[in-house]
Amino acid sequence: MVDAIRAAMHDELAADPSVVLFGEDVTVGGPFGATNGLQDAFGTERVRDTPISEGAVMGMAVGAAATGLRPIVEIMFMDFATLALDQLVNHAAKLRYMSGGQLSIPLTVRVQAGASGAFGAHHSQSLEAWFAHVPGLKVVAASTPRDAYGLLRAAIRDPDPVVFIEHRALYWGKGPVAVGEAGIAPIGRAALRRPGRDVTLIAWSRMAATALAAAEQLAAEGIEAEVLDLRSLQPLDLETVLASVRRTRRAVIAHEAVMTGGLGGELVASIQAAAFDRLVAPIGRVGAPFAPVPASPALEAAFVPGPAAIVDAVRYTMAGSIASREEAG
Amino acid sequence: MPETYPAADALSAEQALAVLERMQLLRAFEEKVSELYARGKVAGLIHLAIGQEATAVGIGSLLGPGDTVWGGHRSHGHALATGADPERLLAEIAGRAAGYGKGKGGSMHLVAAETGFVTATGVVAGNIPLALGGAFSARLRGTGGVAVAFFGDGAGQSGQFHESLNLAALWRLPVIFVCENNGYAEFSPLSAHTPVERLANHAATYGIPNVSVDGNDLLAVRSAAAEAIERGRRGDGPTFIEALTYRLRGHYEGDPGAYRDQAELAAWREKDPIERLARRLEADGLMGPDPAVATAERARARMAAVAEAVLALPAAGPADLTTDVVA
Repeated sequence: MVDAIRAAMHDELAADPSVVLFGEDVTVGGPFGATNGLQDAFGTERVRDTPISEGAVMGMAVGAAATGLRPIVEIMFMDFATLALDQLVNHAAKLRYMSGGQLSIPLTVRVQAGASGAFGAHHSQSLEAWFAHVPGLKVVAASTPRDAYGLLRAAIRDPDPVVFIEHRALYWGKGPVAVGEAGIAPIGRAALRRPGRDVTLIAWSRMAATALAAAEQLAAEGIEAEVLDLRSLQPLDLETVLASVRRTRRAVIAHEAVMTGGLGGELVASIQAAAFDRLVAPIGRVGAPFAPVPASPALEAAFVPGPAAIVDAVRYTMAGSIASREEAG
Repeated sequence: MPETYPAADALSAEQALAVLERMQLLRAFEEKVSELYARGKVAGLIHLAIGQEATAVGIGSLLGPGDTVWGGHRSHGHALATGADPERLLAEIAGRAAGYGKGKGGSMHLVAAETGFVTATGVVAGNIPLALGGAFSARLRGTGGVAVAFFGDGAGQSGQFHESLNLAALWRLPVIFVCENNGYAEFSPLSAHTPVERLANHAATYGIPNVSVDGNDLLAVRSAAAEAIERGRRGDGPTFIEALTYRLRGHYEGDPGAYRDQAELAAWREKDPIERLARRLEADGLMGPDPAVATAERARARMAAVAEAVLALPAAGPADLTTDVVA
């Protein structure tokens, strides 16, 4: 996936001279090699290392976006986006609105979020719910190399600020990529990863892969789970979600973010408001416990929801289904 | 680089009249906003810059196409000095659909993009990194433009201020940092918040050329600005101008200002930048006797007409409530 991310940036830098890239250590590839070779290819004016000043760097990117450029800002770990929140939330997200449409902020913020490698509480958080809650920001999360390429190119081309969420546990995964303009994916559309009859599993980022693993286990028990990879967290593709849930009549949302206050709650509320009549069971949620991400590998393994947690949630939903509602059709 | 940038040194008679009239427009505009606020015709948090016209006009009068200006919560004057239309500006402050921001930005978040006044902000020091982006963009696109960030002495306490000085110096960005040091951050004297009372010293820490000037002397401000603009255009990086001035009104409209010494206020009134410029222009023979009087009358008459027109405009309506959130 990390190659797909690099290719997407490369292809947009090549296609559009207004695209620039800022970040800490991006000229040497950063901690995971995502930006390797880009300064060699596009020069020292367009691809630049920055000091450890997330606030000023984000603000500079917003100002550049407001005046004709298309900046990509890499924030090394999502946890450090907190240092850039004033500029991202108060300016990037709001300048179009406050200006009555005079300004456009075509900014892309790449962050890598999620726990792996026992990096601990400041290098492991999943904070996508914060960004999805800010009017004016778009938020996408890729779970496959194909989507990493397609959604990142779409994010860079988007006229609005997009937070592009990566997961380091997925960086080394391999898969097919449709290179070129034809491979650009639309923001705002979920992807069906596995069709199923009995329950809709809704997930994103690494949890989309976890949900597929859970679906395999469930199939052995005779439960066919449909897996939707949301891909776009803001805007949410509620249409695709509702079409699926209306058919399966059960839903479980699974995210790596802490369950309380996570986007799962938003999805539960939205689904039941529109499709309550079709549901035969309460909607389930799977998320991390209400704690900071622990450092010890054993604790981290207990913290991050795995396939077993999703399987348990689905069994619970199946067992809790109301027969009379099922029979009524 | 365009040939149309105005000359920096001594003013011609025409330029003298233009800057004096522009300062009077700023003064009359702010006085009109104050009056409308007192009459309940304008709502929200209003921060006026009466007494600080020399910094806005001293710098704004030297800028041209390709240059950008980035302001803060007290930026009506900065926008006007960059060329914003007073009627669209007042309409925005008065919550009208015909305002620059369709009534959605208001007094602290003014945007007059076509003039080069890109935005103001309600976050102290928040505009400073934005200005770096404007400078970077101008340089990459080869326009020769400079980016001006206006902020007050309070901004010097913010992390974003220091990060921006460091980054602008490191990347040699064509930014002009303009600190309007009026000695007060909200209700406290500057000394209550920092042991460093000359913000120009912070610029020196990062190796940025810096100067402290009498912010109420338009010609002194203009001279410092000319040098800064020239430095930025030739690729030699940022400049920090600390303009020592005074705020003749409270922090915001409605602030009784009990925290200020009346003798201090009276002393600064003597230094009114418009009066000083008018006396100087008269003494130098660039204008006739009492030029402040006629120019003030014209500006007030203009603003009276503008206000009448704005008050007749419809308020922003619910149809615009959720437009412009995204493209």
